Amino acid sequence: MAAIIEKIITTDEIKTDEYLVNIGPQHPSTHGVLRLLTKLEGEIVHNVEPHIGYIHSGIEKMTEALSYPQIVHLTDRMDYLSAHMNNEAVCLCVENALQVEVPERVKYIRTIFDELQRLASHQLWWCASGMDLGALTAFFYGLRDREDILDIFEETCGARLTLNYSVPGGVMFDIHPNFQKNVKAFITKFRKKLPEYDKLLTDNIIFQNRTKGIGILSKEDAIAYGVTGPSGRASGFSCDVRKHHPYSAYPYIKFDEKMGTEGDSFTRWKLRMDEMWESMNIIEQLIDNIPEGDFAVKMKGVIKLPEGEFYQRVETARGEFGVYIVSDGKKNPYRVKFRSPGFSNLFTINHIAKGWKIADLVAIMATFDLVIPDIDR
Amino acid sequence: MTNEQLIAHLTSAYPDANVKQGNQYPEITVSHDKAHALMVHLKSDASLAFDYLVCESGVDYPAFIQVVYHLESTMHRHFIVVKTNTENRETATLETVSDIWPTAEFHECEIYDLLGVTFNNHPGLRRYFLDDTWGHPLRKDFKDDIHVVER
Amino acid sequence: MAFEKYDFTPITQSIHQGLIENVSPLLTTIIEWTIIGVLYLLFIAVFGLFLVYAERKVCAAFQQRLGPMRVGPWGIIQTIADFIKLLMKELITPKSVDKFLYNLAPFIVIIVPFLTISVIPFAPGLQSLDFDIGVFFVTAVSSVGVIGVLLAGWASNNKYSLIGGMRSGAQIVSYELSVGMSLITMVILAGTMQVSEIVELQRGGWFLFKGHLPALIAFTIFVIAGTAETNRGPFDLAEAESELTAGFHTEYSGIKFAFFFLAEYINLFIVSAMATIVFLGGWMPFHFGDWAAFNNVMDFIPGLVWFFLKVFGIIFLIMWFKWTFPRLRIDQILTLEWKYLLPINLFNILLMATMVLLGWHW
Repeated sequence: MAAIIEKIITTDEIKTDEYLVNIGPQHPSTHGVLRLLTKLEGEIVHNVEPHIGYIHSGIEKMTEALSYPQIVHLTDRMDYLSAHMNNEAVCLCVENALQVEVPERVKYIRTIFDELQRLASHQLWWCASGMDLGALTAFFYGLRDREDILDIFEETCGARLTLNYSVPGGVMFDIHPNFQKNVKAFITKFRKKLPEYDKLLTDNIIFQNRTKGIGILSKEDAIAYGVTGPSGRASGFSCDVRKHHPYSAYPYIKFDEKMGTEGDSFTRWKLRMDEMWESMNIIEQLIDNIPEGDFAVKMKGVIKLPEGEFYQRVETARGEFGVYIVSDGKKNPYRVKFRSPGFSNLFTINHIAKGWKIADLVAIMATFDLVIPDIDR
Repeated sequence: MTNEQLIAHLTSAYPDANVKQGNQYPEITVSHDKAHALMVHLKSDASLAFDYLVCESGVDYPAFIQVVYHLESTMHRHFIVVKTNTENRETATLETVSDIWPTAEFHECEIYDLLGVTFNNHPGLRRYFLDDTWGHPLRKDFKDDIHVVER
Repeated sequence: MAFEKYDFTPITQSIHQGLIENVSPLLTTIIEWTIIGVLYLLFIAVFGLFLVYAERKVCAAFQQRLGPMRVGPWGIIQTIADFIKLLMKELITPKSVDKFLYNLAPFIVIIVPFLTISVIPFAPGLQSLDFDIGVFFVTAVSSVGVIGVLLAGWASNNKYSLIGGMRSGAQIVSYELSVGMSLITMVILAGTMQVSEIVELQRGGWFLFKGHLPALIAFTIFVIAGTAETNRGPFDLAEAESELTAGFHTEYSGIKFAFFFLAEYINLFIVSAMATIVFLGGWMPFHFGDWAAFNNVMDFIPGLVWFFLKVFGIIFLIMWFKWTFPRLRIDQILTLEWKYLLPINLFNILLMATMVLLGWHW
């Protein structure tokens, strides 16, 4: 008997079997139809294999049959939480290709919308990841404040989620007369509300234990895996397109690129919280100085891009979004490729979730802020 | 490096590659058999140090399939577009760059799925979006009799 | 004292007398058992439904919502409607489950609150079983519930359920210790395990105040461990819906699911009731020193009301935990128990014993 126990202790025979668990496609914490084929030993994650494609809608193929203004309307179906940034990316790409200079007013409006959209996205991320960690109350706090932004969007452009506000050459309508007043009121209000978010979760000891030191992504890996956005910046990878390749009104304003060093779940969390403050700073710099002028330049009825290839990068709430248009001079593009931030971010999950527990896998997914249609396109 | 310096440097370093200034970024076109060696060098050369693969996309042309790599250096902040063509469309094959940039592993799976380019030495090439009953929809000759109605 | 007029003993005695004079002793016992059984069944059903409603309203208040508002005034019939829905739902038994164990598990889980509730004194004279080992009985019986949870997790033949069941097993078995130890601490102070006597001993002051520091520590630990033992947030790992969809009861539907659901809420009541009895004086009114007028006013509130006020206070506290804190991880839960609560508890027992020995309590 003693010999058997000795044998069990000295060898690895005490090991239990590995087993596979499908997390998803329908699962509360995958935020959509993502399937993670997870190999577990007890509670410990040994391997995560993401299986995507459940909501693949063939947007890249569809664009080949559509004109450029039509493509804009497809893009906000990808990352629906960064709808305006996606719209803007295509618009900027088309404008750059045609060498169209949009009015200053458009640049300001677009940037304000970018940042409002970023705020709304981060709010939803905050509440949803709070829910992933088991704090259900957070969900309602976040959604409550997000309503205000959506109301502002609705007032100006009629849509709340998929804005479709940018069009090649400008924006679809001028801003609503109440826009500036409402945005300022919102920021005043949200500056008071945001510390509440920290009180509820960030300062909570259970929350910190759940996230600190968990799921560490090093800077080298962040660059190698192309992890951009707040998730990449939390690892120290300076990847803010707004800073390095400024577009719209970003060259005119002062803002910090928030950076982290640890690269763990908590840093990713904290960084997004900091970004919300920074977004409010950006909006405040712009909101009073929107120049007068046209809200769009007159574009041709049928937009034809010159022959060639065009690439435009923007910073969405999730990271770097790229539009690669190959044009053969017709009114439809020859090929459009969308470089979605979620796609690159998702596939690091196997790299960083190995060896952690299931609960940590959920926390890591939460802090990566995945939007599945953005990954599947 | 500025775009001009970059072009000058690349032209001298890779005489057999076609380097030119594109619409926005310097573009370098290499043949498929030299692509991998070139890209290893692009990353390891300290003055270039293209360590961030921004985007890898495939484009279907009548005679070949082109794979386009958008590369950025996080150190020097310069940007380059590398293009390489497969030999033909029927047996479109390329060398993987996932050993250079791990993120390419996933972008290559996408290209394999949607354009049918097989990547040699790829650690786990599989179809991401579609199952095997599908062809490769981003190819121009793709016909979908069920879902697409021709008018 | 004034509140003695709310004593239920005369009522129960007169019923017993009336029966014993008219029918045979055997029939008396049977009738009394039936009455008690029906009363407890009704109480558990109604109170369970009420707690579900209360939780939804409390959670709504925390989340700045209104909660159920449509069915009946302020939605008070909502849970009854839900319960009817659950009753009418089809009982789905998945194909590859272990049928016997699968069907057995909900009954084991629901049996525990029925057993433990029998020793709870709701008011003076309103208690069906008054063991001399009442506290021990509660701790012993309440640990049966984990078998049901483990069976449910195992028999469902679902990996999520299995993980949930195993987590729950590890968690409940661990936290049993803390619950038991903190009760032992108070038993040392009381010198008895008879529940009615423990309440009676607190006539001059609640044990929470009588036992001051060690009692306070024991109370804190009891509330934490009690929350963990009832599988409620932030310790709701067994059914962590963001990780395991619904944990051990993923595969249950209809009334079997309702059993798990009901058991959770009645266990919540039992934990709160035990905390009330052992620490907060059960049905004893709140007295403050020698403020005679204040104490007299307090005495006018019936013991039953006092009991439920205190219970609801603790239930609210536990609900507050659930709707504020994020969930812990399994290893953190076990670390909390084995590395923090248990050593503190052991030390606390020593402290209490020393205190009682030296007479340092009020």
